[in-house]
Amino acid sequence: MNTPVLEVRDLRTSIGSQEILRGFSLEVHRGETMVLLGKSGGGKSVFLRHLIGLMTPLSGEILFEGQNIVTLNERGLEPVRRKIGMLFQDGALFDSMTVFQNVAFPLRERGERDDKVVFHRVHEALGLVNMEGHDHKMPVNLSGGMRKRVALARAIITAPQVILYDEPTAGLDPIVSDSINKLIRRLQKQLNVTSIVVTHDMTSTFHIADRVALLHEGKRYFLGTSADLRSEQDRVVRDFVDGRSHGDEG
Amino acid sequence: MIAYLVNGLRAFFIYLGQVGVLASETFGSIFAGRIRWRLVFDQIAEIGYGSQLVVIVTGAFTGAVFTAQAYFQFASLNMETAVGPVVTLAMFRELGPVLTGLMVAGRVGAAMSAEIGTMKVTQQLDALRALAVHPVDYLVVPRALAMFFSMPLLVIECVGCGVLAAYYVAVHVLGVEAAYFVANMVKFTDATDIAMALIKGFFFAGVIVFISCREGLNARDGAVGVGRATTESVVLCSLGILIANFFLTMFLNILFPAGQR
Repeated sequence: MNTPVLEVRDLRTSIGSQEILRGFSLEVHRGETMVLLGKSGGGKSVFLRHLIGLMTPLSGEILFEGQNIVTLNERGLEPVRRKIGMLFQDGALFDSMTVFQNVAFPLRERGERDDKVVFHRVHEALGLVNMEGHDHKMPVNLSGGMRKRVALARAIITAPQVILYDEPTAGLDPIVSDSINKLIRRLQKQLNVTSIVVTHDMTSTFHIADRVALLHEGKRYFLGTSADLRSEQDRVVRDFVDGRSHGDEG
Repeated sequence: MIAYLVNGLRAFFIYLGQVGVLASETFGSIFAGRIRWRLVFDQIAEIGYGSQLVVIVTGAFTGAVFTAQAYFQFASLNMETAVGPVVTLAMFRELGPVLTGLMVAGRVGAAMSAEIGTMKVTQQLDALRALAVHPVDYLVVPRALAMFFSMPLLVIECVGCGVLAAYYVAVHVLGVEAAYFVANMVKFTDATDIAMALIKGFFFAGVIVFISCREGLNARDGAVGVGRATTESVVLCSLGILIANFFLTMFLNILFPAGQR
């Protein structure tokens, strides 16, 4: 777990006139699960989008396996993206395709033409997220949680080295959330997958995290293990962990 | 006033540049062989086969009404038999390509913008990119190839329907002698007129596909943005076709001069 697979250095970005990241830095080691916490609208998803080149920062570096991906163009990013899977917040399934076609899409795009292999691997991936038997459904006919699980199957089917999860358990019931947490853990243990998970779910955080970072006001405010997070006494960190606000008492 | 004009011109050239960049990326992908043939055939079915009714009806009724108007004017000069070549030349050189372009822009261009725009605002384009699939390769290249293949054929179909309708109206409704109609039509029409129709159809295919895809790829602000992109796509494609038609006519008339038979 000592080799940094991803290094983010002094990342700055803005959306319109609002500065979202103000010099955010982070190292993620191979095979670890890094959980990124932070307020809603604080830039966590924006940060994830930078890691896969979907957004370009104002300044800073993002090194993937030592290569600065900020300087790469869309074509140059393709080899990097083949090594990274991403679960979008709302799934982002292709709405003109069935569940099967969605999950098979990355395989087909990477040249897999053997229908038997595709069938086997799609069902294997759907099985991992408890979505077997829904192959022929269209995304519009799935619940939010089901869409997210299909999207997760699509993200893991090519066995990427790194998986970025944007709120993987949001909107899921506790049992399915737990199965997703276990899946993240299993992918890490069995395949040595590196995971970066953006979440608000503290149960999930303590279940899956090797290390936790807290993004606060565009900067890294806290970085440590789950145990460090539990014992941290800083007020900003405690407020977030304990779910405490300082607004008017109802 | 001057500042307004300058800003307008600047916006126009930026837009033109964006369409140009999209076109060059598309042709770059085509020449690099990044073509998904199954998607191309799907799009040919959608664009070509799906546009049959609208193109046939447009061609037939344009030919019919143009024939009637030409007949009413020419009859006073005892030139009824000139109706055939006039309608045929007009259909090949102008009406067929332009009307087909406008109808396809309304039907197919709007659908392209809406589909790609919806994918954009629902993060499906980001999902494509995250899966290492270039949106131009996956979405624009198949549509462009299908349009370049389908449009010239649709134009010829439109012209064919217009000429057949013209024959029917002139001969069977207005009483023009069939032999004269056909003889004059053949005498004053040649392969250059067909070439002109095909070339215009090919260019209008480019206008429609690149403007529509550019609008879809740049859609934002949710459903409202998709609606805006779709509307702008139809308006800009229509204007683009009418403007391009003028310059194409001037240029092609140098290559294929009219009245030199």
